[in-house]
Amino acid sequence: MAGAVSALFLLDIKGRVLVWRDYRGDVSAVQAERFFTKLIEKEVTSLGVGEEIFVEMQNLTLNWWQVDPDSHDPVVYDNGVTYMFIQHNNVFLMTAARQNCNAASILLFLHRVIDVFKHYFEELEEESLRDNFVVVYELLDEMMDFGYPQYTEAKILSEFIKTDAYRMEVTQRPPMAVTNAVSWRSEGIKYKKNEVFLDVVESVNILVNSNGQIIRSDVVGALKMRTYLSGMPECKLGLNDRVLLEAQGRSAKGKAIDLDDIKFHQYVILAGIKFYLCPLFVYLSLCVRLARFENDRTISFIPPDGSFDLMTYRLSTQVKPLIWVEAQVERHSRSRIELMVKARSQFKERSTATNVEIEIPVPSDATNPNVRTSMGSAAYAPEKDALVWKIKSFPGGKEYMVRAEFSLPSITAEESTPEKKAPIRVKFEIPYFTVSGIQVRYLKIIEKSGYQALPWVRYITMAGEYELRLM
Amino acid sequence: MSGHDSKYFSTTKKGEIPELKEELNSQYKDKKKDAVKKVIAAMTVGKDVSSLFTDVVNCMQTENLELKKLVYLYLINYAKSNPDLAILAVNTFVKDSQDPNPLIRALAVRTMGCIRVDKITEYLCDPLQRCLKDDDPYVRKTAAICVAKLYDINAELVEDRGFLDTLKDLISDNNPMVVANAVAALAEIQETSARPIFEITSQTLSKLLTALNECTEWGQVFILDALSTYKAADALEAENIVERVTPRLQHANCAVVLSAVKMILQQMELITSTDVVRNLCKKMAPPLVTLLSAEPELQYVALRNISLIVQKRPTILAHEIKVFFCKYNDPIYVKMEKLEIMIKLASDRNIDQVLLEFKEYATEVDVDFVRKAVRAIGRCAIKLERAAERCISVLLELIKVKVNYVVQEAIIVIKDIFRRYPNTYESIIATLCESLDTLDEPEAKASMIWIIGEYAERIDNADELLESFLESFPEEQAMVQLQLLTATVKLFLKKPTEGPQQMIQVVLNNATMETDNPDLRDRAYIYWRLLSTDPEAAKDVVLAEKPVISDDSNSLEPSLLDELLGNIATLSSVYHKLPEAFVSRAKLTFARPDDEEYPAAVETGNSESPSYEVDGAAATSSQSFTSHETARQPVPVAAAPTPSSAPASPPAPVPDLLGDLLGLDNALVPVDQPIAPSGPPLPVLLPSTTGQGLQISAQLVRRDGQVFYNLLLENNSQVVLDGFMIQFNKNTFGLAAAGPLQIPPLLPQDSARTLLPMVMFQNLSTGPPNTLLQVAVKNNQQPVWYFNDKISLHVFFSEDGRMERANFLETWKSLPDSNEVAKDLSSAIIHSIDSTVENFAATNVFFVAKRRNANKDILYMSAKGPRGIPFLIELTASVGAPGVKCAVKTPSLEMAPLLFDAMEALLK
Repeated sequence: MAGAVSALFLLDIKGRVLVWRDYRGDVSAVQAERFFTKLIEKEVTSLGVGEEIFVEMQNLTLNWWQVDPDSHDPVVYDNGVTYMFIQHNNVFLMTAARQNCNAASILLFLHRVIDVFKHYFEELEEESLRDNFVVVYELLDEMMDFGYPQYTEAKILSEFIKTDAYRMEVTQRPPMAVTNAVSWRSEGIKYKKNEVFLDVVESVNILVNSNGQIIRSDVVGALKMRTYLSGMPECKLGLNDRVLLEAQGRSAKGKAIDLDDIKFHQYVILAGIKFYLCPLFVYLSLCVRLARFENDRTISFIPPDGSFDLMTYRLSTQVKPLIWVEAQVERHSRSRIELMVKARSQFKERSTATNVEIEIPVPSDATNPNVRTSMGSAAYAPEKDALVWKIKSFPGGKEYMVRAEFSLPSITAEESTPEKKAPIRVKFEIPYFTVSGIQVRYLKIIEKSGYQALPWVRYITMAGEYELRLM
Repeated sequence: MSGHDSKYFSTTKKGEIPELKEELNSQYKDKKKDAVKKVIAAMTVGKDVSSLFTDVVNCMQTENLELKKLVYLYLINYAKSNPDLAILAVNTFVKDSQDPNPLIRALAVRTMGCIRVDKITEYLCDPLQRCLKDDDPYVRKTAAICVAKLYDINAELVEDRGFLDTLKDLISDNNPMVVANAVAALAEIQETSARPIFEITSQTLSKLLTALNECTEWGQVFILDALSTYKAADALEAENIVERVTPRLQHANCAVVLSAVKMILQQMELITSTDVVRNLCKKMAPPLVTLLSAEPELQYVALRNISLIVQKRPTILAHEIKVFFCKYNDPIYVKMEKLEIMIKLASDRNIDQVLLEFKEYATEVDVDFVRKAVRAIGRCAIKLERAAERCISVLLELIKVKVNYVVQEAIIVIKDIFRRYPNTYESIIATLCESLDTLDEPEAKASMIWIIGEYAERIDNADELLESFLESFPEEQAMVQLQLLTATVKLFLKKPTEGPQQMIQVVLNNATMETDNPDLRDRAYIYWRLLSTDPEAAKDVVLAEKPVISDDSNSLEPSLLDELLGNIATLSSVYHKLPEAFVSRAKLTFARPDDEEYPAAVETGNSESPSYEVDGAAATSSQSFTSHETARQPVPVAAAPTPSSAPASPPAPVPDLLGDLLGLDNALVPVDQPIAPSGPPLPVLLPSTTGQGLQISAQLVRRDGQVFYNLLLENNSQVVLDGFMIQFNKNTFGLAAAGPLQIPPLLPQDSARTLLPMVMFQNLSTGPPNTLLQVAVKNNQQPVWYFNDKISLHVFFSEDGRMERANFLETWKSLPDSNEVAKDLSSAIIHSIDSTVENFAATNVFFVAKRRNANKDILYMSAKGPRGIPFLIELTASVGAPGVKCAVKTPSLEMAPLLFDAMEALLK
């Protein structure tokens, strides 16, 4: 099974081609542009639903959804060509393919292209593409060959595709990293002060239905690193994850935690397998094959230079919502609506949530807000059809309130279209706190020159998709 | 690091091209470079700057890498329109491919491969050869992909220059990136070639699995995708592979995860231990769930794939339904897919929660999504009998909201629920009727009308309700009209009172006179005729019990599902269609049988086995001796003049001009070619419409104790076809070619016949005996053609199969009765005993005895099949009348069906 794309397009917001790179010479830019402009104008008719479908109801079969809804699926077929696209600012990135290519790989590749462009031009938008079209062509040539993704590490690419004109005069060679086993780090990096910053960031996703039941809750965590280390350092990281601890033959008493799914960045997988034993094996074949791994089982890796995500994890055990919001909506007569919203922090008192922002939806035709709060400030944000309540600092175990009154127009359309039923959405940050209880036990840096590096570890919990449906 | 390239887009007022030309030829480097940038800018905005070709190419010889890249880019775009001028660039390309800087070497090869001009391609070979063996892995990885580029332009060149072997060597390269690109290139080449080029053996497998650990993320995807076609030998190997692939599930790249899932699912098919399978399912669930935290476009791909995975292995995500609940901000395409999966995972255990969700979605604002949510409730009702009542009450609640499209959608699904559970929930009809006036969509109207007609006897005012629809009959859509017609007939049959009688008159009139819709008119006439001739019969027809419908949420065919699962992560799995349905590149448009079925097959064209020469002079080996004999006395049953006789002695004047022409055609066949016998027309197995002009007719025949494949090849295409080769797939009798196929180059409109000697028991297939013979024929100009032939057992009957009467009786008695089977050959006929006996003798079925019993003749015969299996045959028939009863007694009973087939063919 093989499959490559035929061309990559960068299009403006109206679907016109800004730059394109033809990899296989079997698609037409004109055709692609025509198709795509039509698509985003929503003029493309859905597949073959004529009015003349004679439904034989006597022998009726369930023919549901023969028709794709007229939505922008990111994968669209037209006249022998599959178009896959994503949007970023006012630019569309799109591939055209005639083969059965790997859709997941190509769509992810497009997202990586955005990252690379952002690294090069700070922001990817129509203007920055025009301003840098020469580099854009160069990058497109290097990131993909004959429609197959090649390198998408911005840091590495920038070592042999430079933007400054005079630096181009120096003969460039492919950096070792491009073809090296350690493809993410070049040799000879030097810092005066060797430092590592490790941020443990957890996002809490929660969905509460209109009965007040928590129907989904999970935590997505990330270990984000910024490294300023000289040479080729090896890092060893110890966590209090139960599986890891048990694999290391230590007892998992006390504070060990269970993580559902762990993802490692490329670097760790490579380094882990190459130089040590990959911790993954431990995770995956724990029950059967532990005895095989007698060596060091810590997470070991050679970090890339600068910032990167070392590892992400997910845990889906139900957690008590950190901030609970209840809203009572009363419609007094036809012309007035009253909201009473209570917010309660359900974490320990020694922690404090900061930058709390609670968005309570109100009818789109509401006017004359009259708002009173017991804490923070609340204001009507008509562009969001919501009342936005901001609390700078919200300590644990507290409850605050806001009351608001709005006028409604007394005349309503006879056939009312259903109200947009947006949920209450909450944003917050809680520093020095993790929901999962994950802890970094140690972070050692070993480099052959033997320098001392300073590790800094921070913890923070944030609201991810935190939604409570209105009762 | 922002640039200021946009200035190059600004145009000068007049004479842009001459101005650029001047600048390109400037002696100042900077000015030159700026000029090239302007040219590229013009090209980018779609201006035609091809007239500057020579001037731009002149800038190619530069030390400046940036400038060089720009010129290369220009070349890729315009070389095709200036093929003759493109040659100018060749020297620089070749020089660059030897540059000390690996970046430039790679760039040169990469670019040359993109210029699809024949003349350039010729010069690509030597640089490519060098670069494939370059010291620098960056150059090698670029060269590996370049082989695929060259193959796409000129496959023959790639094969002739041995690039394929070099590419295969790169699989063992010490650099993982080179390995990954070589795998991608080989996989692509394999896709377009019918010949096995890239076969994954257990050695390659293990090599690639090792390389996997060190590859870049994209390389891992190439390798996993290529390996997913590998079929493990047994459960143990499958388990080993899975064990090495599972760590990929922890990769941060979703594509790697999906490709790993694909491979694990493929191997799981072979794993027999339920514990291992259960364990694997458990391991795959968390990574699949995590995919839903990816970017929305990737979530969409993941969801389309998960939809397939849960159809095959529902247990994997059975407990994870909550993760598919829609978030407020999910894009609509993600919500739609989540809904679909929620229906698939809905069960009695979680239905309450699911219904709450659906109800929530049904009050959102996106109309399509709301509709789908309403339908989802209906589908759950149909799927889960015990939850049906709860589903219906949710639907009724939704109807009460009186949002127009919700009501219409609800009515459509309720009609389906009525069909699924007849006579159960009619009590809600009254509620439905309240919303009658709000219906304006044809499908909803039609559904409501169907409900009214179906339950006319329970709805007191059914006639009034229908009448209100009838007023607008002529303006309605066809689907509504059809339903109105049927419903009115039902009403009339159920309540044959005056009102309905008048209505039926109106409807029938309308539907027959006033419409141009043939479906409607025909149905109306049928009803009319039925009602006027036999109203009771009409009742039986119109009010007949309808088959119960079932849920279609797991609707993919199992075989299709399996194939789609083999394509996880690809477009095929997103579309839920096989690649053939949308891949427009494929050069092989026909369905190729599974590669695995042609594993050990020898390329007869290259085989070292003794060759078959019909030409007497070359006959030395004993094998060719027999064939030689055959050729000498062709076709005992010949009806047409043999071609060999045609040139020697022109036949007596034939009135038929065509016949004469044919004779002349044959006369053109050079004398030194194998002379093949002609005979009765052979069955056409590959019609020229399928074979791009090549027509192949063939049949197995027996001559002088040997089996031959009698072949006729006709070239109706416009090109000369040569280099014919043949091979046979595994078959019950292990038939294989004993020598290469001897077919001269076929000119257009030319044809050739040959007798290909066959050997038996060479490539035996397992399983119960069958008559299928799969044949592949290839030539140098066309793809490989596959066709099926039918083996007739009688070609194996040996000449020594005659049995004496005593011997026959003895054998008959020695075999148990359970070894006797009989079959009525209804289309067979015996015209006369003598001629039948004679015909049978010609095919080595020997007469033993006959007797008469009650007007029927009974014949006893014997034959000896492959491996000396005796067949004792009893035929019972009345002479001249169709229908022969054939009974056979044989030690290998599984051959009996084949014998019946053969007898039927012989008695036609």
